[in-house]
Amino acid sequence: MSVAAALDPVEAVKKAFPQAVEDVVEYAGEVTLVLNPDYLPAVARFVRDTAGLVYNFLSDISAVDYYPDYNRPGRFGVSYHLLSMLHKRRLRLKVYLPEDEPSVETVTTVWPGANWPEREVMDMMGVDFKGHPDKRRILMPDDWNGHPHRRDYPLGYETPMFSFNVEEIMKHKPKAKE
Amino acid sequence: MAVDASYEKESEMQEWQGALDELKGLVSERAMTGETMLLNMGPHHPSTHGVLRLLLELDGEEVVTCIPDVGFLHTGIEKNIESKTYEKAVTLTDRMDYLAPMSNNMAYCLAVEKLVGLEVPKRAQIMRVICMEMTRLNSHLVWLGTHAIDMGAMSVFLYAFREREMLLKMFETLSGQRLMGSYIRPGGLWRDFPPEFMPQLEHFLDIFPGRVDDYEKLLTNNPLWIDRTQGIGVIEPEKALAWGITGPSLRGSGVAWDIRKSMPYSSYDEFEFNVPVGEHGDVYDRFYVRILEMRESVKILKQAVKKLPAKGPFRSENRKFVPPPRAELGQSMEAVIHHFKLWTEGFAAPDQEVFSAIESPRGEIGVYIHGTGGNKPRRVHFKTPSFIHIGALPIMTHGHMIADLVAIVGSVDVVLGDCDR
Amino acid sequence: MGVSSKLGNLGVVTTTLDAAVNWGRTGAMWPLLFGLACCAIEYMGTQGSNYDLSRFGMELNRASPRQADLLIVSGRLTRKMAPVVRQLYDQMSAPKWVIAMGDCASCGGVYNNYAVVQGCDEIIPVDVYVAGCPPRPEQLLHGILTLHEKIKGESIRKWGDDEKWAADRSENAIRA
Repeated sequence: MSVAAALDPVEAVKKAFPQAVEDVVEYAGEVTLVLNPDYLPAVARFVRDTAGLVYNFLSDISAVDYYPDYNRPGRFGVSYHLLSMLHKRRLRLKVYLPEDEPSVETVTTVWPGANWPEREVMDMMGVDFKGHPDKRRILMPDDWNGHPHRRDYPLGYETPMFSFNVEEIMKHKPKAKE
Repeated sequence: MAVDASYEKESEMQEWQGALDELKGLVSERAMTGETMLLNMGPHHPSTHGVLRLLLELDGEEVVTCIPDVGFLHTGIEKNIESKTYEKAVTLTDRMDYLAPMSNNMAYCLAVEKLVGLEVPKRAQIMRVICMEMTRLNSHLVWLGTHAIDMGAMSVFLYAFREREMLLKMFETLSGQRLMGSYIRPGGLWRDFPPEFMPQLEHFLDIFPGRVDDYEKLLTNNPLWIDRTQGIGVIEPEKALAWGITGPSLRGSGVAWDIRKSMPYSSYDEFEFNVPVGEHGDVYDRFYVRILEMRESVKILKQAVKKLPAKGPFRSENRKFVPPPRAELGQSMEAVIHHFKLWTEGFAAPDQEVFSAIESPRGEIGVYIHGTGGNKPRRVHFKTPSFIHIGALPIMTHGHMIADLVAIVGSVDVVLGDCDR
Repeated sequence: MGVSSKLGNLGVVTTTLDAAVNWGRTGAMWPLLFGLACCAIEYMGTQGSNYDLSRFGMELNRASPRQADLLIVSGRLTRKMAPVVRQLYDQMSAPKWVIAMGDCASCGGVYNNYAVVQGCDEIIPVDVYVAGCPPRPEQLLHGILTLHEKIKGESIRKWGDDEKWAADRSENAIRA
């Protein structure tokens, strides 16, 4: 059984889906393909199944919030980090999503292991994944309001206590009596 | 109490029905009719390793499906890091996977070095390998102790923690702290190995293989152990890859993927070691892979001790990113300026994103950093193996009994701090 | 336990009974098998053979809160876990004591954010705070022995009088 030679992922995807690729970024030895969100599941299946690419392993799904800089084509960027164990290389697929109703189709049909990372992004960033089988919150309690990893969500810290403000803070700090 | 008993019962029923409705897609049809029982294996349980809640659907003693509920240890580390500079965030990364703190440090530091383009000197790379392998031994010892004690083998727990005390003493010699040393920093290490460290390490490496033989004598051919672990929790290799499983759990299923061998980082390509691979993908294979990994780690450590140059830099000399040693501050004005700039403001990283992964004792830890161009990151995301593995628990536990569930959760080696961050 | 007289109270018997009962309570305090995060690993290390907790009778961790005397909150307490800890504390039967082990349980520790309760004393009353991140086994042992000293100063009437014991124990919390 012979193994097909490694193809250049950028060229292969551009040839198969010419309208899908919006940008290609290469930094620090890594390749990022910026895609049109509508084509994401198709491109994901393509890079997983095509001989010569075989990105069979989904390492991670992570999301970034570009508030307040807004220096990208959308407020949210969702990155899919892929790994090809055969050719020992990584690829990143990125989609930019708008601020109101950010949503993209789920890739759980391509990699079932995307279930929990997508749930985490849904919970912490508020990005919707269409067709996801289980949209409950995962890390925060079920009745939590808001999406903590967004940049406009406050860190929620308690003011550090020094001797000049400790009484003021202790007045409002809950303390269990029994 | 003459309360309207029927009203109370009705609202309780409604609450229960509402809770059942939420689970409609997740549990089988038989749970809706009451044919199977829903049991809560709550966040406080002696055998779940940490605060993990499993909602079990049971048909008698057999688990039909289990729904994990995590987040009881979610500390918001990723959001906290966004308000710290790159160097100060290292202390927060220690506390995610608290059994292998230096591997979290390493993953984060590798990503930062990739982002800013910082070179690590060769000697520092070998020192990092020593730290990483000691951490691997540390983590595997705790795994062995807790896994064995969950299945009833209590003496293994005490033996494992006895060895661990030796390792913790060495960590204390290195960084001043038994756990959570934050010893690995961007650019290299915090300080050079103290002179008393090497004799301790060599003594440890002399006696440790004998101790691993002790553990094997207790467990490997023990008929009780074999009965409880062989054929339990089998994952086929294709399923394991599709569900994102990495590390010893993947190697137990027969996939020979180890990032240290396949995509080596920090001079791992210069060390000779084998990657143990299992056959059946059951609990016994995952256990044995880790025992063999402990022996391989000892091999790597012995080679590293021989390879380590006696003198040389332990951290990069690039003063734009690495603070100068205190002795230099009295002699050079630039050193003072760098020191001031780095400790007040920190170094700046470009508005780009990187992803870098290492092989931690649990699996693949991936760190995704997106800079802003300023001194604080825009987003740091940790892809932690325990998170993915707990997500894959339903496929591993289908059809097993509750006692086997305990064995499976132990063999996958989940740490809830790693899962929830 | 010599004979000491006290005029005006129930007398000699109460004082000696106090000492006897407190000696019994501190002799073998059974902790709840409860560990949240990194401090739990140091707690397990304290229980190992190097720093032995068994010499204090504490090698037996009870999984059920009904059977436990001591709740060692070891690790960061998150907002999702807080109701669970409160329920566990309520289920423990008196007399019960709480040690806040580590910085996160005492005051929120390194984490000052939306997810971590800044100190478990926001939800349960604490007797002894042990500082450290994580505290060394010797520090934890010092905390446990301080708790023993505190218990030896207690009176059995305190545990019988619900409101009074609740009010004064949280005020008499010790930082070890």
